[in-house]
Amino acid sequence: MFGITAYGAYIPRSRLSRAAMADANDWFDTSLRGLAKGERSVCNWDEDTITMAVEAGQDCLSLLDASSVGALYLASTTMPFLDRQNSVVVSQALNLGDHLRTMDVSASQRAATSALIAMLEAGSSDKGSAMLVASEHRRSKCGSRAEMLWGDGAAALGVGSDGVMAEYLGCETYVTDFVDHYRGEDSTLDYEWEERWVRDEGYLKSVPLAVSRLLEKAGVKAGEIAHFVLASDQAKTPPAVAEELGISAEAVVDNRIASMGVSGAAHPILMLTSVLEAAQPGDLIMLAGFGQGTDVVLFRATDQIKDRRPKTGFAGALERRRPDTNYNRFLSFNNLVERETGKRGELDKQSYLAAMYRKKDLLTGFIGGKCRECGTIQIPKENYCVNPDCGALHSQDDYPMSGLPGRVKTWTADRLTFDWNPPAYFGLVEFEGGGRLMMDFTEVEAGSIETGVAVSMHFRIRQFDNQRGFRKYFWKATPSGQ
Amino acid sequence: MASGIKDKVVILGMGCSKFGERWDASPADLMVEAFEECLADAGIEKKDIEMGWFGAGIDAYNVGSSALPLSLALRLSNIPVTKVENMCATGTEAFRGAVYAVASGACDIALALGVEKLKDVGYGGLPQRTRGVENDMFWPNLSAPGSFAQLASGYRAKHGIDRTELKRAMAHVSVKSHANGAKNPKAHLRREITEEQAINAPYIAEPIGLYDCCGVSDGSACAIVTTPEIARRLGKTDLVSVKAVQLAVSNGDEASFSDWDGSYLKTTRIAAQRAYNEAGIRKPREEISMTEVHDCFSITELVTMEDLQLSDEGQAVRDVLNGDFDADGRIPCQIDGGLKCFGHPIGASGLRMIYENYLQFQGRAGDRQLPNARLALNHNLGGFPHQNICSISIIGRYE
Repeated sequence: MFGITAYGAYIPRSRLSRAAMADANDWFDTSLRGLAKGERSVCNWDEDTITMAVEAGQDCLSLLDASSVGALYLASTTMPFLDRQNSVVVSQALNLGDHLRTMDVSASQRAATSALIAMLEAGSSDKGSAMLVASEHRRSKCGSRAEMLWGDGAAALGVGSDGVMAEYLGCETYVTDFVDHYRGEDSTLDYEWEERWVRDEGYLKSVPLAVSRLLEKAGVKAGEIAHFVLASDQAKTPPAVAEELGISAEAVVDNRIASMGVSGAAHPILMLTSVLEAAQPGDLIMLAGFGQGTDVVLFRATDQIKDRRPKTGFAGALERRRPDTNYNRFLSFNNLVERETGKRGELDKQSYLAAMYRKKDLLTGFIGGKCRECGTIQIPKENYCVNPDCGALHSQDDYPMSGLPGRVKTWTADRLTFDWNPPAYFGLVEFEGGGRLMMDFTEVEAGSIETGVAVSMHFRIRQFDNQRGFRKYFWKATPSGQ
Repeated sequence: MASGIKDKVVILGMGCSKFGERWDASPADLMVEAFEECLADAGIEKKDIEMGWFGAGIDAYNVGSSALPLSLALRLSNIPVTKVENMCATGTEAFRGAVYAVASGACDIALALGVEKLKDVGYGGLPQRTRGVENDMFWPNLSAPGSFAQLASGYRAKHGIDRTELKRAMAHVSVKSHANGAKNPKAHLRREITEEQAINAPYIAEPIGLYDCCGVSDGSACAIVTTPEIARRLGKTDLVSVKAVQLAVSNGDEASFSDWDGSYLKTTRIAAQRAYNEAGIRKPREEISMTEVHDCFSITELVTMEDLQLSDEGQAVRDVLNGDFDADGRIPCQIDGGLKCFGHPIGASGLRMIYENYLQFQGRAGDRQLPNARLALNHNLGGFPHQNICSISIIGRYE
């Protein structure tokens, strides 16, 4: 049996109230008021497609042995780098080693479903498992419909034959150059065509074509489908497509527009994770990805579906939220306004690539050292053991620390230093089992930090070098439970 | 066993510029201002100076690197000059170099001068600057208040002290230094403040408010040192001698290994004990008449009282509120206003402290003159509580 063996989900904690968004912009477009229901997920300033992919990947690895992962595919249309393989950054942050296939898949809203089909059709990797991470940090014009309806998020799937929770039954792709929207090489924002045309000539024609071909091939009737995933920011379209096909209305998966918004190429996979959490053994799951045609994939839930639950999962990620009503901050975090940074923000952020490469185990993998002589754990790993009673030279083995819980020893909230979201929280963190590091905190709610508070580690953007179009990543501490 | 530096070197002369926002003064102007006072006080000629040690903390925003800026500004006669930089301990480092040169017999008369020009950067506080190529990749962007503010979190947790009570003690530290600084014509900040003002000032880095922070100033200070014999030969009486100069530098223990709880400075404890040993001080609370400590922030001064053994551990809040370190207290601290109000031109601060000792011992401290000051301890901290450089000098009457 071959199919999905694991999954993970990540949704940024910040959820911006759509009423606040409409308050800011309905002077310009009164129709935005009609969309002002619920909230959307918003990346923190230090989150992007890569960092969310790492979060979702970590969640997936709670069900999957990292050493079994022989391939990592990253699907997104919002990769931070056009030429620097983003999936490699993700694989190293996940400590998947240096012996695996990596690939970035992009350029369509069905990038993730296409990648998934390629993985499923390729069969077992030489190590047993392959991992797909779909992640999207969506950008849209200020005051647009898209801004109201979209959200940010990421999801991961493990594919293999060990511990299959959803058996792969088949796939189909219908290809047509239907341009409902596009983003050219020189733009950062989409250009879209009329919604009604997209619905009638796009979704309602292309999805039924692909789905019926697959149903026929698999010998399955539409009415037997228990879960139908069709990501769309048009709330009424998936039910209309289902009706056209004869798929029951109850099978149509809620796209969670009200609670998080539609997360682009990541959304089909993220919605699939919501299904994997709810499905019963034997349920048939139809996953569709729409964009220049349609991908469809059919799965059947196995008996294992009830037992295999990741650490956080979709429901956990959706529930972990921080309500926000500050639309200006959303604009600032998404580079939609020219911001005052203060003179402290003007410091040159040059990235010294040779030094960065030298330190990559620390910077990307959060790998410290454990002394063979005395057992002392330390980060960063240095030449001499830090234990004054030991002091052995070159005695430290690599010791990954990104999964270790820690506790705050000292902290502050700094309003003088430059930060995209002041105050800057940082402090000394002591790790369970040993090792301590003065480090940045992120996602801190006022009043939530005190000496002794438990923290977990998260891969985040450390700095933007806007002068040269680069960004640096490092790990930050977040109060556990946030 | 090394015999140490005690009483081998005396101060021949000292000078200190006015500290403050010296918009119209270049680093060279500041150096000359301190040096001319020092040279006149020493009663020698420039050509009598045989070696120089030059301290400047933040090169990029100051005079640039090397010893050249000193030699050029003072038109020294091609003598050997060494540039030193050890963060906020830089001034004491320059002094240490000159003192060691004289004590070793390498020269008879040596100059130590520190300078900092901080007000050319265009904003308040210390300049945001690189911490080195590798460090910048993973260190937080910690500002000076952001790093020292963490002492408060560690101290509160360790001693179970209420946030409000600690903030009140911190305010007392600053109120006292403002009162002292108001009496010092060379001080940067010369206005008295109230406890309410200090407590209610805007936060800079929790729990440090505006009035918990020292002045960021332009300024220069310098010393000319020699042996007691030469000083006497030059007709000097009331000699002031060096009793100890010590330095302790972190090795990663606090930041990466030990059970250090962030409530104290490990290096201060080490340097203080070494300095007491070198100076032959057994009962610091009875023997030390005044201190100039590195009050970059009020909380630093507070924990330093314990690190120097002048308060029992966990009792500094009580002692501070009791006025033990006020101008009329048991051991006056920052009688010249301290970093807080005299100001903190980084490279000059360690020498500025010794300047105040020197004036006090010679009875030249004006409105702020202490009765019977005999032995002074000066303390500097460079870096952050979790990894830093601590310098301590002990200066006293030569008897």
